[in-house]
Amino acid sequence: MAEDPITGIVCPIRLDYTITPGRAQTRFLRGLENGKLLGQRCPATGKVYMPPRGSSPTHGLPTTEEVEVADRGTVTTFCIVNLQFASTVREIPYVCAQILLDGADIPFFFVVQEVDVNEIRMGMRVEAVWKDPSEWGPTLENILFFKPTGEADAPRESYKEHV
Amino acid sequence: MSELCAVTGVGQTHHDAERSDVSMHGLVREAAVRALADAGLEWKDIDAVVVGKAPDQFEGVMMPELMMADALGAVGKPLLRVHTAGSVGGSTGLVAAKLVQGGVHKRVLVVAWEKQSEADASWVLMMKIPFAAPLVAGAGGYFAPYIRAYMERSGAPKDTGIKVAVKDRLNALKNPYAHLKMPDITEEMVADSLMLWDPIRYLETCPSSDGACALVLTAEDALGSCENPAWVVSTAMRSEPTMFAGRDGVNPQAGIDCAAELYRKGGITDPRRQIDVAEIYVPFSWFEPMWMENLGFAEQGEGWKMTMSGATALDGDMPINASGGVLSTNPIGASGLLRFAEAALQVRGMAGEHQVDGAKLAMGHAYGGGSQYFAMWLVSSDKP
Amino acid sequence: MRDVAVVSFAQAPNLRADRERNEVEIVMPVVREALDSVGLEQSDIGFTVSGSCDYLTGVPFSFVMALDAVGAWPPIEESHVEMDGAWALYEAWVRLQHGDIDTALIYSFGKTSLTDLDKVMSCQLDPYTLMPLWPGGISLAGLQASAMLAAGTVSEADMAAVASHSREAAQGNPAIPEAEGPADVDELLSRPRVAHPLREHDIAPSTDGAAAIVLVAGDRAAEVCDKPAWISGIDHRVDTHAPGNRDLTTCPSARMAGERAGAGRGGIEVAEVYAPFSHQQLLLASELGLGDGVDINPSGGALAGHTFMVAGLARIGEAARRIHDGTASRVLGHATAGPCLQQNLVCVMEAGR
Repeated sequence: MAEDPITGIVCPIRLDYTITPGRAQTRFLRGLENGKLLGQRCPATGKVYMPPRGSSPTHGLPTTEEVEVADRGTVTTFCIVNLQFASTVREIPYVCAQILLDGADIPFFFVVQEVDVNEIRMGMRVEAVWKDPSEWGPTLENILFFKPTGEADAPRESYKEHV
Repeated sequence: MSELCAVTGVGQTHHDAERSDVSMHGLVREAAVRALADAGLEWKDIDAVVVGKAPDQFEGVMMPELMMADALGAVGKPLLRVHTAGSVGGSTGLVAAKLVQGGVHKRVLVVAWEKQSEADASWVLMMKIPFAAPLVAGAGGYFAPYIRAYMERSGAPKDTGIKVAVKDRLNALKNPYAHLKMPDITEEMVADSLMLWDPIRYLETCPSSDGACALVLTAEDALGSCENPAWVVSTAMRSEPTMFAGRDGVNPQAGIDCAAELYRKGGITDPRRQIDVAEIYVPFSWFEPMWMENLGFAEQGEGWKMTMSGATALDGDMPINASGGVLSTNPIGASGLLRFAEAALQVRGMAGEHQVDGAKLAMGHAYGGGSQYFAMWLVSSDKP
Repeated sequence: MRDVAVVSFAQAPNLRADRERNEVEIVMPVVREALDSVGLEQSDIGFTVSGSCDYLTGVPFSFVMALDAVGAWPPIEESHVEMDGAWALYEAWVRLQHGDIDTALIYSFGKTSLTDLDKVMSCQLDPYTLMPLWPGGISLAGLQASAMLAAGTVSEADMAAVASHSREAAQGNPAIPEAEGPADVDELLSRPRVAHPLREHDIAPSTDGAAAIVLVAGDRAAEVCDKPAWISGIDHRVDTHAPGNRDLTTCPSARMAGERAGAGRGGIEVAEVYAPFSHQQLLLASELGLGDGVDINPSGGALAGHTFMVAGLARIGEAARRIHDGTASRVLGHATAGPCLQQNLVCVMEAGR
């Protein structure tokens, strides 16, 4: 009779990384330290990227011009998360939305709170809720979440290119 | 110069959540040995090996094909490793096809695989990157907003995704290798399953599987004893950036362009009429109607009608994922090659219980990243 | 086979730690320079392919972000290998054999300063028997050097001579701005060993960088480049993995790739071989049949600055450059991967078609 097979061994791996944000992202992170959301403009199309990635992805060109965008915008689409992830302590359900900030030309993904999950909808106007300025650092974590502003919904025409 | 290339060997593993009965080496060989046997070849007959899989962190070994060079029969031969996100299985098949079509090799072994149970895939996919937004939502969280946008754009009935989920799981019952076997599945069961990433329910998502798929691709003058080759009649691949201003994440241009080139090279003017069966990468049920439109099987806003009318069912006029698809079996790195392989099985008349009667022209499709990488092929029972 | 030529090559400076720029910012100007120097735009390129390593960046799918450096819009035909960029070049060469497209862009990037490369190299080993020992790339190379010394195929002075030559050559290479200063063999041999029998000069310093190459097929190559470097032979092979199962004093896969690429037909004037350890250059020269008359690694080679995932592509580029500038008519570029030269690629290029 064969011995019980070994079906696995554990080999723990630990690798430490020092991530380099890069020049363009550094400018964006410095803005965050001061509570500003600094997008960057594509030199070819004029579109404002938020958060900036340092290059225009459509043209492969550096984005060198900063453009401050508002910390409020429009939900273009969203999902409601009912799944608990081991790595997060967020209470479920919560909303993740694509938010088109006023002044930006691309939506970015963020958590929306202080909203009934049955009320969240495309076109809803939302604004950032920041941590206390004393806690700001060079990170998007300065923004805790977005919450509804109470304004009237944005007309679909205003965001339909960004869904 | 472009030589003819055909699939003469197809092999895959039994797919499961955890194939703890085999090592990584054993997993890839299980698929490769079946493909070689199907092609009537031995390891020594193979000129080159092309391997594809998703990120190495999934198994915790960097470039694992190097430590598996012997298991892959690659020693003394060329060994290539492809990685193009979720589309990688498809891209791997295309890289291998190019080796034959380009006249470089006569017989190429393609192996795509994933053994996610070796490491923690969800940890890999949700690694915390400094400076980034504190967002934790997983792959479903990324795609769910696009599905919502599709539902809103098309006005599709809310149960379209449920229909797909049931159809693919019932198809999987006819596929001896499929991972999920849910003989009792019903629309009610899917509808009542947990809404993980609203609007995506638990039973509308793909599983996470261990598995491998292998193909033998051969040149026209190296078919050997194979009497039913699947001829590669057209291939195409396209990529676009992950995100850019004005990007249409529901109906990505890269997918439209990729299909257009595939059809142009393959002489296809009416895909729904001319193509007999298609294996399309559908990891969340709603991607079936979305891709029907992206691939030109349906007009814009009308992909859901194909699902609802039963056109995409095994006995419909355009069967989609007769094998059960990604919704039933998802070893990430292999999922794309499985689509390509199942397309080949159909035109070779070797798909067994999920065979579509008389299939002569079949499509394999894979996509990856944020719906930005596409790889496709058309295979035919007729020599081009 | 269809005639395909390397028509341009660009590389970023190989820096020990580029703390200012991220991967996209390192790749962007290199791709731009490679295209500009032959008057091409991304829209002129038929096939784009890259090589990189997720373990080096620490995040999965790291090549996806790098695509932002290219401008993939309208959508492009594009692929990626989890290999040194030299194998991406091989994929592009195969793609050009079809005849439906004439141009290909290849790029690769590596930022070794993000983590401990030697530790990362352990993650490449058999996970059941070798990885748990965490031997690292340097220790394995040390085993190989010991085997070669014991077999008498090299001496420590031979190894120091390779390092001395590399340092001298790198002084003239703007792509290696942080090269170690020149030192003669006696001086190098007087220094301590860091991983027996290896001394510091035997081990390449890890660097950050990127490289890009443009390939053009057929008559179009001569339209964009005065002296195209025509690929007369290219081949790659792999050996078995476990260092314990191999005779580390030989490298069968390099020999086989060299023979199939035509290295043995003689007449090679310049060879750029990817040897991150001094003894490996000697072993490769032997297996590739590079005799005394061959100028090996006039760029300084990877031993002067080792950008993992890029060094192989850069070797092909550095060799091609000798044809572009008219100083050579038959050259060889070589790339390697895996522990102790497990996998090898050889690309022979000539001034004439």
